Amino acid sequence: MISEDDVKKVAALSRIHLTEEEIPQFTKNLESILTYIEKLNELDVADVEPTSHVVPLENVHREDVVKPLLSQKEALSIAVEKQDGGFKVPKVIE
Amino acid sequence: MTTTAQKYETVIGLEVHVQLNTASKLFCSSANSYGAEPNTNVSPVNMGLPGALPVVNEEALNYAIKIGLALNCDINRFVKFDRKNYFYPDCPKAYQISQFDYPICKEGHIDIDKEDGAVKTIRIHRAHLEEDAGKTIHLDDCSIVDYNRTGTPLLEIVSEPDMNSSEEAYDYLQKLKLIVSYLDVSDCDMEKGSLRCDANVSIRPAGSTELGTKTEIKNMNSFKAVKAGIDYEVKRQIELVESGETIVQETRLWDEQKQMTASMRSKEEAHDYRYFPEPDLVPFTLEEKIINDIAATLPELPEKKLKRFIEEYSLKPYDANILVQDRATAQFFEDCAGKLNDAKKIVNWLNGAVLKEMNERKASIVDLNISPDNLVELITKVEDGTVSNIVGKDILTKMIDTQKSAITIIEEDGLAQVSDDSALEKIVDQLIAENEAVANQIREGKDSAIGFMVGQAMKKTQGKANPKKIGELVRRRLLDGP
Amino acid sequence: MNINELTAHEILRKIKAKETTAEEVHKACVARIEAVDKDVNAFVRLSDDAPDIKSHKGLPVPIGIKDNMCMRGVETTCASHILEGFKSPYDATVITKLKDSGAVLLGNCNMDEFAFGSSSESSYFGPVKNPWNLDCVPGGSSGGSTASVAANEAIWAIGSDTGGSIRQPASFCGVVGLKPTYGRVSRYGLIAFASSLDQIGPITKDVEDNALLLNILAGHDPMDSTSVNLPVPDYTKALERDVKGLTIGVPKEYFIDGMDPEVEAAVKETIEVLKKQGATFKEISLPHTEYAVATYYIVATAEASSNLARFDGVQYGLRVHPKETRKSKLIDMYEETRAVGFGDEAKRRIMLGTYALSSGYYDAYYLKGLKVRSLIKNDFDQAFKECDAIIGPTSPTTAFKAGEKTADPLSMYLSDIFTISANLAGIPGISLPCGFSKAGLPIGLQVMAKAFDEEMIFRIAYNYEQSQEWHKKRASL
Repeated sequence: MISEDDVKKVAALSRIHLTEEEIPQFTKNLESILTYIEKLNELDVADVEPTSHVVPLENVHREDVVKPLLSQKEALSIAVEKQDGGFKVPKVIE
Repeated sequence: MTTTAQKYETVIGLEVHVQLNTASKLFCSSANSYGAEPNTNVSPVNMGLPGALPVVNEEALNYAIKIGLALNCDINRFVKFDRKNYFYPDCPKAYQISQFDYPICKEGHIDIDKEDGAVKTIRIHRAHLEEDAGKTIHLDDCSIVDYNRTGTPLLEIVSEPDMNSSEEAYDYLQKLKLIVSYLDVSDCDMEKGSLRCDANVSIRPAGSTELGTKTEIKNMNSFKAVKAGIDYEVKRQIELVESGETIVQETRLWDEQKQMTASMRSKEEAHDYRYFPEPDLVPFTLEEKIINDIAATLPELPEKKLKRFIEEYSLKPYDANILVQDRATAQFFEDCAGKLNDAKKIVNWLNGAVLKEMNERKASIVDLNISPDNLVELITKVEDGTVSNIVGKDILTKMIDTQKSAITIIEEDGLAQVSDDSALEKIVDQLIAENEAVANQIREGKDSAIGFMVGQAMKKTQGKANPKKIGELVRRRLLDGP
Repeated sequence: MNINELTAHEILRKIKAKETTAEEVHKACVARIEAVDKDVNAFVRLSDDAPDIKSHKGLPVPIGIKDNMCMRGVETTCASHILEGFKSPYDATVITKLKDSGAVLLGNCNMDEFAFGSSSESSYFGPVKNPWNLDCVPGGSSGGSTASVAANEAIWAIGSDTGGSIRQPASFCGVVGLKPTYGRVSRYGLIAFASSLDQIGPITKDVEDNALLLNILAGHDPMDSTSVNLPVPDYTKALERDVKGLTIGVPKEYFIDGMDPEVEAAVKETIEVLKKQGATFKEISLPHTEYAVATYYIVATAEASSNLARFDGVQYGLRVHPKETRKSKLIDMYEETRAVGFGDEAKRRIMLGTYALSSGYYDAYYLKGLKVRSLIKNDFDQAFKECDAIIGPTSPTTAFKAGEKTADPLSMYLSDIFTISANLAGIPGISLPCGFSKAGLPIGLQVMAKAFDEEMIFRIAYNYEQSQEWHKKRASL
């Protein structure tokens, strides 16, 4: 079952900082859900095809045509911080 | 005695990203163009805004199939897209839409020529479609993200680890670029990033069949850098092993300034991309007919063309090889050859003066804006002696600059060589009168003095006189008697 | 009856007969919101300006929009702190369709954060209350949308349904809520929870309104690759047909231990009514029903973990830097923004989904989930070979007390036990009122049909509804 170390790893992979107090709490939550999910082990699905889409669709594509969609002003209107026409973020490489 | 380097065999696999030059992005209608103002070729989709959804660009699929066919790949009939999850500011959805287990192309190959004349086959493992990331500019105190490039269609072509030297890697990459450049689906420009190459490099004891620990080298932005990066990495790995250390599997960045690779050290945990089927896109079943239709649009590829040029036009392999390096030039050659039955002369012009103009102007043959008719006319004028070879080259330059035909330039600038006997005779008579002493020397049999007279005649006519004719006339006047 | 208590079709008739105007209707809704929304908390924000309603041609009906659909220039937050300040630069396709229909957009309806929940209590903007009893939850996650209709603040509303998020709160609030077939309504501009399950649908006071609103929402959208290119029928035409000769399946798995006896009795009573109207009933089996919740929590959280990864403080919304340096400036920003910006349930689901997809667990969880999904879908394929529609309770209970299930996420998940399967199978389902408990809380009936057969659902729902008075009851607030 899921350990506190697993939860720390998953939190890091999810880019969510957990406090020391939160780790046991989330471990307990996730453990109870995962235990419930174990229910699926009752089923033999070795020969079952997975379903990732329920719509009977394939080959959906569009023509290669350019349409102006957002101006720079509109694009940057949502920015937390902007500079020189771009989105400003903390230094990526330190 | 074996040297240290000979004790090891190098194993190289390349991952080449080719940007496809569709009009719009892979998953949305914003323009796929290079060099625009930051964040102008953007849409809710390529910026990964909440709620925005991707729709596949049909042309990108077609381009990918075209490249796959040209690289001798099998085209998968069932194709789907997957999400590759990772956080990075230039990846606005925090996942890249790529292809995991059902890539569009698999199992192809490229043949490269070895120095000893042998041919080596480099296998291609797979080629898959994915979206390009944005561009991050790193400043002193922050980074700035531009999403213009985000969503540009990329075909990632992954080779098998079949190359054993940096030269082979270089040749593979050159050949790959050449083939793709024939398809009109990519600019294939390493400097602009429309062709990018990462190398997986490992070494192993010569004769061993097991693969050693590999490192991945990134950030090699030119053909030269690919070669230098691999050479550096091989040397580094051999030194490590020789000194009893182990090679760490990691990504290393090529530093063009320092000419070395350096570990892309990060405090990060190992990547776990958590690929899963992209629920926002449906799968594709590629019909035989679509693939056949695309196959029918494939041009004659460089290898075949080279062979044909050598056979059909009796070209030297060296010359023919230069011609096929550029599909448009090769076509230009054939158009000229259809008008002038002297392939060798045409090749001399194309691989000589014309290529020089292209290089100096950093222009393609199309950019020069001269037609095969124009060039053939110029070659004809040189061949019939209207103008000299040297003047002919000047005329070529002027043709490109002014977009005028060779004949127009010759007429307007009065460049035709003067071959008319009566006009030249007058000049020769004049020279003999003016240079009595020299004339006597010639009469006495000093043949070398004729050259002086020819030179003077050229001077008088500002180069338009036909020197051969002058020589003849001088000889006739002074030696044959009146 | 006040004008805001009427249905849309009644209002449109009155406008046509010049007995009222669109402005009057809008005013009545705004006045009602001002009067009761401090208690109900159905709206997280209202449209800024008084709209120029005279210019609205078509169906100028005031509508509530769940806070997870992008409206150009309007803050859209999924009731989450992390999207604070995000004003979408584009309209969702359904918003474009509504604007084109002449709709009057009242504002953004409250919801469980990112649609994660069944009680509308996990909103950053505080819990929504059930208009029938303010101590009870309205259900979720579209609890703001259903409560706004039940409280007569909006004439109708739209919500999104990933595992029951329209039907379960419709049931708790005594209104009509439809989850259309997956692919029937465009998802473009719907802030995704689980892309393969999400579907936008109408929430209304009666079945006729529901058909009318689906007429506006449904249709192929080239911007959504999963949108199906099928003609859209006039759904109101389906209301004209009776139920004679229809075979309706009743899944034995939908009457379980621990089910509220009042709910069971109400649903069984409904069956009797429909029988009298000429429908034939048949017990059927959906044998994998008991695995639906577990399957759902794998598939939905896996997709959610990826869909919500973009909320990282880079482009828009919240950005928080921790005081101390932990990893690197950038990673610290990511981790702190997401720690502060997401509520606990969002964190749980993101981590669960990440875990289910991570290396070493993919086959055991995610892949297995997709396989069981096939079994569940197959259950329905088999069932629809022997019946035209399936009915049962929408939820095992009526609205529960606020706070009752927040401490135990699993018990909350189980309140969607009857609704989740329709999302996994992609089929349409409606919830409509079929009675009230002794405590005065609405009971919901669910009707499901084959993919793209919303007409069958409307036909059965309308025939039942019109023979009863439930849809005429209004919550007294």
